[in-house]
Amino acid sequence: MYSKIEIKNTSIEEIIKKYPYIENFFKEQEIPIENKSQTLNEIFKNISSIEREDIVYSEDETAEKLIQYIKNMQEFLGVEDNTVKNLSILPGKDKEGYAEKYEKLTIKNGEIISIVGPTGSGKSRLLADIEWTASGDTPTGRHILINGEKADKKWRFSGGKKLVAQLSQNMNFVMDLSVEEFLHLHAESRLIENEDQVVERIIEEANRLAGEKFSPGAQITGLSGGQSRALMIADTAILSSSPIILIDEIENAGINREKALKLLVGEEKIVLMATHDPILALMGDRRIIINNGGIADIIKTSEKEKSMLKELKEIDSYLNELREDLRYGRELKRNNIFSLYDA
Amino acid sequence: MNLVTFSGPPSSGKTAVILKTIESLHDRGLKVGVVKFDCLYTDDDLLYKKVGVPVKKGLSGSLCPDHYFVSNIEEVVQWGLDKELDLLITESAGLCNRCSPYIKDVKAVCVIDNLSGINTPRKIGPMLKTADMVVITKGDIVSQAEREVFASKVNTVNPDALVMHVNGLTGQGSFEFSTLLFDEDEDINTVKGKKLRFSMPSAMCSYCLGETRIGEEHQLGNVRKIDLGDSGV
Ligand SMILES: Nc1nc2c(ncn2[C@@H]2O[C@H](COP(=O)(O)OP(=O)(O)OP(=O)(O)O)[C@@H](O)[C@H]2O)c(=O)[nH]1
Ligand SMILES: [Mg+2]
Repeated sequence: MYSKIEIKNTSIEEIIKKYPYIENFFKEQEIPIENKSQTLNEIFKNISSIEREDIVYSEDETAEKLIQYIKNMQEFLGVEDNTVKNLSILPGKDKEGYAEKYEKLTIKNGEIISIVGPTGSGKSRLLADIEWTASGDTPTGRHILINGEKADKKWRFSGGKKLVAQLSQNMNFVMDLSVEEFLHLHAESRLIENEDQVVERIIEEANRLAGEKFSPGAQITGLSGGQSRALMIADTAILSSSPIILIDEIENAGINREKALKLLVGEEKIVLMATHDPILALMGDRRIIINNGGIADIIKTSEKEKSMLKELKEIDSYLNELREDLRYGRELKRNNIFSLYDA
Repeated sequence: MNLVTFSGPPSSGKTAVILKTIESLHDRGLKVGVVKFDCLYTDDDLLYKKVGVPVKKGLSGSLCPDHYFVSNIEEVVQWGLDKELDLLITESAGLCNRCSPYIKDVKAVCVIDNLSGINTPRKIGPMLKTADMVVITKGDIVSQAEREVFASKVNTVNPDALVMHVNGLTGQGSFEFSTLLFDEDEDINTVKGKKLRFSMPSAMCSYCLGETRIGEEHQLGNVRKIDLGDSGV
């Protein structure tokens, strides 16, 4: 790594050779580089007072910020030591101050955990504890361990890498870009290499999840609800830097939820799912019961419960068919799974 | 007393974040007051009053709001001391994107929202570039990818700011944020002698002094001209 004096007196060209991503830094900082063989020091010598004002930072400050930027990016790129293999939640206390009664909850990557409990019961607090990698310093007093160890504080503040990615029914795309442009923008910010392939794969996977297919050139803001959800899930699975995904209820419209969960799990994510939909909940390996601000119980999905999944799905697809029939002006027909009521 | 200055584009969620944060500070038994600086109109003061927070507002009217801020901040600090506050928060709307009402050695927080467009971090200049902490709001209504891209833009524009996501509606993240605002050891009695982090607009032109007529002959002082290239007149 350069020292401040070194970085001011090294040609831009040479710094870029070592850290290609800093071109982005110069662009966002609006530093007028006419000739990349110049050094920061030379650039600042020839800068007009108006340009100086637009940059805001002085030469020294720019050098300091650049060094910090390189440090952040190097850390961001250092994936090896960042792998989250498992996450443990050590008990704290509920709203009344009673100790939570479970011992230690460890969730491995590739596992799906449902979180259930009434509104206001403490689901958000649990999630916030995880995001903040709590170490007894939040209202619940819980501790979060990553790979069995006390978590690094870097998860708390980084502008780039967050521990938890979130997906909820309320989220919409807001940028005026096509699917392809948008994915490239995301891929760029992640500094990944084989950008084109990754973008192609996300579109392919999203189209496998979505009921109706969309093209790479479609505007993201014009996608249907199901298509947006599908794209968000595929993008989060493949391109998000976060090892943990929180899903806040996905509606069963225009998207194959089972495939969606498989995709996330296949990418080695830890999947937390806040849901009261029995089909989704049963797709989880375990479920956390939240009550009165604390974890009241952790239930393993039993074989008996799992065996209900088949009939639940049947009822679900029956309802979906009826919705489709309504939408297209057809007459509603009774499904024979209900023939037992005919007597 | 602790002092923290909040700034950020209009409607970015400053008041929402401050209100949620104050809830957590109240739980710790801290006394918090707010002074809102704005230009023509604000009813933020009513929102603070409603939750029992001592509040004052200052409207700059025809003056540049950030000039107005610096000219009044010492009196505001004295008001806070008078009220025996543990923490005084100032909220100012970043109206022209050129200024930033941040003071050296006084915590500076910039609040921007995910909806404002990916070029906003670059557009708002000093307000973001000279902040210690950046709070990003409205993450609940955009996609994960957009949040990630936005945060990475913020990091490129101000690499050593501490970046946090707070939801102004649900308060998610506000407890965590509140733990960074109050410092037991900090005690500010005055801001006299302290300096702004970044200079205010560089000079005056004739229009600052009330000129209303348009035309070259009426332009005096510091005048910058637009570059229209060949198509210019
Ligand atoms: N969905 C969502 N809305 C938010 C969030 N934060 C704030 N808002 C809403 O955004 C609007 C503006 O929020 P304010 O807190 O008044 O913004 P402000 O920056 O204080 O605005 P001014 O002081 O007028 O510049 C309000 O309607 C808030 O409810 C958030 O995290 N998510
Ligand atoms: Mg406000």
